[in-house]
Amino acid sequence: MTPFPLPLDQLLGSGGAYLVYLAIGFAFGAVLEMAGFAVSTRLAAQFYFKDMTVLKVMFTGIITAMALIFLATGLGLLDYNLVYVNPTYLWPGILGGLIMGVGFILGGFCPGTSLVSAATLKIDGIIFALGAFFGIFLFGETVGWYEAFWNSSYMGRFTLMDLFQTDTGIIVLGVMVMALLAFAGAEWAERKIGKQTARQPRWRYGAAGGGLALAAVVLLIGQPTNADRWNMIAAEKQPLLDTRQVYVHPGEVLSYMNDRKIITMLIDVRDEADYNLFHLRDARHMPLAQLDTLVEEFHALPENAVVFVMSNDEAQATEAWRYLVAESVVNVYIMDGGINNWLNTFGEPDFKEEAALTTTTGDQIAYRFDIAYGERHPAAAPHADRFTLEYEPHVVLSIKRGPASGGCG
Amino acid sequence: MTTYSTTRAAQVQKQARAARVARPYMHPYAAGILLGIVLFLAFFLTGNGLGASGGMNRIVVLFEDALFPAHIDRTPYLISMAGGNRNPLESWVVFVSLGTILGGFVSGWLNGRVKLETVRGPNTSVRTRWIMAFIGGVFMGYGARLARGCTSGQALSGGATLSVGSWVFMFAVFGGAYLLAYSVRKLWN
Repeated sequence: MTPFPLPLDQLLGSGGAYLVYLAIGFAFGAVLEMAGFAVSTRLAAQFYFKDMTVLKVMFTGIITAMALIFLATGLGLLDYNLVYVNPTYLWPGILGGLIMGVGFILGGFCPGTSLVSAATLKIDGIIFALGAFFGIFLFGETVGWYEAFWNSSYMGRFTLMDLFQTDTGIIVLGVMVMALLAFAGAEWAERKIGKQTARQPRWRYGAAGGGLALAAVVLLIGQPTNADRWNMIAAEKQPLLDTRQVYVHPGEVLSYMNDRKIITMLIDVRDEADYNLFHLRDARHMPLAQLDTLVEEFHALPENAVVFVMSNDEAQATEAWRYLVAESVVNVYIMDGGINNWLNTFGEPDFKEEAALTTTTGDQIAYRFDIAYGERHPAAAPHADRFTLEYEPHVVLSIKRGPASGGCG
Repeated sequence: MTTYSTTRAAQVQKQARAARVARPYMHPYAAGILLGIVLFLAFFLTGNGLGASGGMNRIVVLFEDALFPAHIDRTPYLISMAGGNRNPLESWVVFVSLGTILGGFVSGWLNGRVKLETVRGPNTSVRTRWIMAFIGGVFMGYGARLARGCTSGQALSGGATLSVGSWVFMFAVFGGAYLLAYSVRKLWN
């Protein structure tokens, strides 16, 4: 497993984790203050092209963090799946952004900088922060009137890589180049419009070169594929397959299907024809090739969720398990013996006698169905009390890692 | 060498505090690189980025919950923060915000920049500045919650992790401010 991000709550308890957040906030506040962001006139000068400090600090911060984040994920130190990426709600984001722009030019701050300004006793910063509190209060009271809009144009975890259908390294390098061009433009504006004559330090060329080099390294090493990710954790996870700890008896799967306190996800990875013939009640059809579409959803599941993958026998389901586990999805299990074992366990004696196929090999369906039953077959949702089954329970719900809520949660 | 420069820096800080002279700010690119490292460490250690308006939101909700708990429990947006017996302060972003205030104060104090004053444009009265700061704050607070994050939680954090929504948002903020900047130029120039 990639060591970072750290499972802070497990390591330090919630109190210790909060101390880490306090320390991060402290560093953030100190940097904002050192950049001069406690002073409204400095921030507002940005919008008259006179002093482009806001753009320079913000974008330098973004590209530095971006390059380091994707270097760390490329090296397998940091797991991008466990990093919070703000979900895209396109139109609420644009409208909110425009309103914030109005607030910025009228008031001279954004929320974070107003906190720093207030902390250094700038009265305008204190008043702005009070205004922001009031605006936040107003939002909470009025969002109910247009909740549909607020939740509209939701695109989930949608990155620039998804938008341009290209590799992370190319986007990182592209953003880096665009930011450096923006800085050149900003300095030009400061000289022409702001009439700034002070000489800029020469080390900034070195820093720009360093940034480009870093982006080039990110491009060269690339990001780990699912296979790479599996190789990183194989030593730890393969034994779970070898000792069959993650293969769960159909009886245990059924007990979770009937457990109302647990969110049970049944993922059927067989081909569509088999799925249509017979599948478990509420099972979702998801071929191996499309499993990637589930990763984001599974990461968003609460802690009391468990995922069972199943195929006719076990081969494909085991592949699916490897894929999901390599993507850091927790609480994934394989149905022991697959659908065939399920039918063998819960099928009526008559059905088993008549429909059993003797020629089946490997991961193929071992029973014949005359019509496509789907989940209308009696064995799709058997009555648990009609069967006395003996099995050793294997499911252990583990605590999730990753962001607590993210964004401005 | 290191010891020498730290003692020297400490002396300058002391002088700055004694003489009440504010030390100059850090160079923008240097501050930006430092900001980037802080942002990276936030993601690297916790998986979360930075945030500010979320912490402020929870403080607002704390007061609302103390005064009108039943109202909180009936408003879907507020339930997630303080519904039932949930404590709105039990969130990472509250601690980031508290840290931001502390860090801002300590840095300002060490550099002789903590001073009770109203910062305003040369042609703006204190009264106008206060009124505009409040109105601007209201817009900013409202917009930040509508956009699900402010400059820290959306633009910086989402920008660094390459979220499409955050990049679009960033251009919207700058766009909104630039569109209105000319009309209100008297405030700042």
